Amino acid sequence: MGLLSLAIWVPIAFGVALLAFGRDEHARGVRWVALVGAIVSFLVTVPLYTGFQNGTAAMQFVEKASWITRFNVSYHVGIDGLSLWLVLLTSFTTVVVVISAWEVITERVNQYMAAFLILSGFMIGVFAALDGILFYVFFEATLIPMYLIIGIWGGPNKIYAAFKFFIYTLLGSLLTLVALIYLYNKSGGSFDILSWHKLPLGSTAQTFLFFAFFAAFAVKVPMWPVHTWLPDVHVEAPTGGSAVLAAIMLKLGAYGFLRFSMPIAPDASHEWAWLMIGLSLIAVIYVGLVALVQEDMKKLVAYSSVAHMGFVTLGFFIFNELGVSGGIVQMIAHGFVSGAMFLGIGVLYDRVHSRQIADYGGVVNTMPKFAAFALLFAMANCGLPGTAGFVGEWMVILGAVKANFWLGMGAATALIFGAAYTLWMYKRVYLGPVGNDHVKELSDINAREFLMLSLLAIAVLWMGLYPKPFTAAMDASVTELLRHVAISKLPS
Amino acid sequence: MIDKLSWVAIYPEVVLLVMACIIALVDLSSTSAQRTRTYILTLLTLAVVAVLTGIAANDGKTVYGFGGMVVSDPMGNWLKCFATVALMVTLVYGRPYAADREMLRGGEMFTISMFALLGMFVMISGSNFLLIYLGLELLTLSSYALVALRRDNAVASEAAMKYFVLGAMASGFLLYGLSMMYGATGSLDVNEVFKIIASGKVNHQVLVFGLVFIVAGLAFKVGAAPFHMWVPDVYQGAPTAVTLLIGAAPELAAFAIIIRLLVEGLLPLAIDWQQMLALLAIASLLVGNLAAIAQTNLKRMLAYSTIAQMGFMLLGLVAGVVNGNTYNAQFAYSASMFYIVTYVLTTLASFGIILLLAREGFESEEITDLAGLNQRSPLYAGVMAIAMFSLAGLPPLVGFYAKLAVLQALIASGQALYIGLAVFAVITSLIGAFYYLRVVKVMYFDAPVTASTVSAPRDVRTVLSINGLLILLLGIVPGGLMTLCANAIVATLAN
Repeated sequence: MGLLSLAIWVPIAFGVALLAFGRDEHARGVRWVALVGAIVSFLVTVPLYTGFQNGTAAMQFVEKASWITRFNVSYHVGIDGLSLWLVLLTSFTTVVVVISAWEVITERVNQYMAAFLILSGFMIGVFAALDGILFYVFFEATLIPMYLIIGIWGGPNKIYAAFKFFIYTLLGSLLTLVALIYLYNKSGGSFDILSWHKLPLGSTAQTFLFFAFFAAFAVKVPMWPVHTWLPDVHVEAPTGGSAVLAAIMLKLGAYGFLRFSMPIAPDASHEWAWLMIGLSLIAVIYVGLVALVQEDMKKLVAYSSVAHMGFVTLGFFIFNELGVSGGIVQMIAHGFVSGAMFLGIGVLYDRVHSRQIADYGGVVNTMPKFAAFALLFAMANCGLPGTAGFVGEWMVILGAVKANFWLGMGAATALIFGAAYTLWMYKRVYLGPVGNDHVKELSDINAREFLMLSLLAIAVLWMGLYPKPFTAAMDASVTELLRHVAISKLPS
Repeated sequence: MIDKLSWVAIYPEVVLLVMACIIALVDLSSTSAQRTRTYILTLLTLAVVAVLTGIAANDGKTVYGFGGMVVSDPMGNWLKCFATVALMVTLVYGRPYAADREMLRGGEMFTISMFALLGMFVMISGSNFLLIYLGLELLTLSSYALVALRRDNAVASEAAMKYFVLGAMASGFLLYGLSMMYGATGSLDVNEVFKIIASGKVNHQVLVFGLVFIVAGLAFKVGAAPFHMWVPDVYQGAPTAVTLLIGAAPELAAFAIIIRLLVEGLLPLAIDWQQMLALLAIASLLVGNLAAIAQTNLKRMLAYSTIAQMGFMLLGLVAGVVNGNTYNAQFAYSASMFYIVTYVLTTLASFGIILLLAREGFESEEITDLAGLNQRSPLYAGVMAIAMFSLAGLPPLVGFYAKLAVLQALIASGQALYIGLAVFAVITSLIGAFYYLRVVKVMYFDAPVTASTVSAPRDVRTVLSINGLLILLLGIVPGGLMTLCANAIVATLAN
């Protein structure tokens, strides 16, 4: 079994094993097994980075085996510069999420941990799949654990949120399935994604495919105006669920644009780029403003996620190297930062059981260590240089300015809104005099929470101070992608 | 003369018939309340029959017998094998339920269901309109009796009445259509009819008129809208064990006669019946999925879900012939066969869980009766969740591949109309996902009504676990079953 397969199946195997544990008497053991499973799964992905060859756009760690012969479907996995970091991000986040749930989840612990481990394997599968059906299977399968996570361990309105999440994302992906089958028939019976990249397609077909993919990926990202499920889901989901959702699941959509929409339907992508850019700008500016007026911390961060993901899609559809790389860097950075923001909110919520900004104030007085972490992540969220948040946004803005000055201007204003809502929230929650009795009784973070936040802080700073490993790995793949997108696939 | 009769084509049927009679006699002298002896004998017989049909199917040979009255081909033998296994599973799940409700005072449940199976066998292997009809009647008569097994129960009696009246009407339709075919072609032999129609010397109008009645009769039998009215009432009204009996294995036989009548016999009329099936499919997908949302009764919801699933299955049959060209036929029909086989597998699991819960002294028919099942028994909740997600068509469960195969068949036709149908099917299954999800929601998100754990006899527990696991495993490696269905259909089409 190759490294990539291990990366996919080790967490799933651990997750399934956890399901056999049964009831909560064994919670202690379950937590340790889950942690070991998450760490092992992470360690398995590390050689993917150390063994990764920069400077080539070819797929690496490729494994291929026949799977469903009747439809010529194969178990075909491999990663390139576009997916490498997303795989690592996934396995890393899973470790953090397991730590974050340690004492917080006391009911059905084994199912909780199992859901996250299995989800982790599925998501790595999405980033690694090179076969259309394999991709779809993993893409859809992620819905099941997430649905259960939201519905079982979520807040008071969890059922509404779980259904909304499921139905919204299912609608999109079902249309994508039709597109995949269409491509299968067009290509003469192949589900190989890479061979689809070379397929000549007429302009109607491309438009049809572009929008079929758009249905799945735009909902997942989520782009304005199909983003409304995200705040609802975030508010109800348990902390770990929110963290994984924001850190990784949203990236499944953005990744889909890179792997499917742009290379398979390049002419349609160019034709409809105005739409994508327009929607992205609305997400960046309008949703940024919406975030400003939120009173619930989770909702605020959720809207800020929509705005940040707007940057990602904006970067992709300006079709230059800086923009696309910037978008990918922004995906990774947002993974770390938004994960950290949600986990931070979780820390507060565990103590006070409220996410209303108004219920806090002066937290820095009682939780100084925590407030320091929160400040770092808030700064990263505003894109302060030296943090992860800066690199991607800066690259996208540069790319946008290159494409069109006014486009760059529009994107750049988002930084102002980003700073505004993040810092204002920080001020209202952490600074000033102690707001009320709840805050007065708060105890600072314990060793476990310290560990969890440190891991993320290291990632955020590392990426901010030394982004080279991230960009170096993706350069060749981005160049190759852009070369693909530049060539018309219309049959002459 | 003996070799001309080709007993080899029907020996599973003979075994079944002889054993059914013997078991009926043995049962007369049995006294035990649970009918253990009858039960074990029945299961043994079915196991032998399943093995016999399995071996015959694996041979891959096509044998005609009795002057072309019956045919033993891979498709038929696989369907028989699956139907037998499905009946075995049904009896395992249903026995504790039946025992609790005093349905085992006599051994009729076992013997009649064997006769029902015999009916299915005759339907599946009939290569003659009359014989297919006889098989169908044997099955339906047995089913009427089974539905009425709790004769002191008003709801069950009412269901039996509805089933009988509507079923008789459907049989009438079918018979009328078949007789018109006979009138037009002068033959009842499936292959003969095919040749005569293909020669083009028959009055097309009479044929189409007969076809309408045949399709309507078949639609009644599979429960496709707008001929679905009996399905919810009978599913709900019949004792749950019997619901499973009439809802699982017979679907396989129904598929077989659709293939025998429409494909083997009336393929030259494909353009006509494809249109009719397309309309039936559209109506079924709409009616089934929309009506299922409103149901609070689990059995009724599953009944509407069946209607919708049958609609999806019919879509596979719609795309077989494109512009008079049959290159797509084997993909389309094998997709439908795969669909129906996996549907039966999933139905067994979901009704298995209902039967299990119904043993706790109440019927457990409402969706809310499943509340908090995950806390009471993670295993059974898991099996039910797998079944529901599979019916909703979510990967990595087998139901996804069934939908995939059908959609592929539609899209491969290259016809804009069929691609539109695929999109329509996809959107309606999104509606479907909603009510399947609700069952999962109730099991996992709601608080349990009672804290008691769910217990089951060992045989039930084992079979249910295997059943759930199969839905998952076939989802991870669906290739084998797909190839099996494809080969079976290819062998049938070759004749």
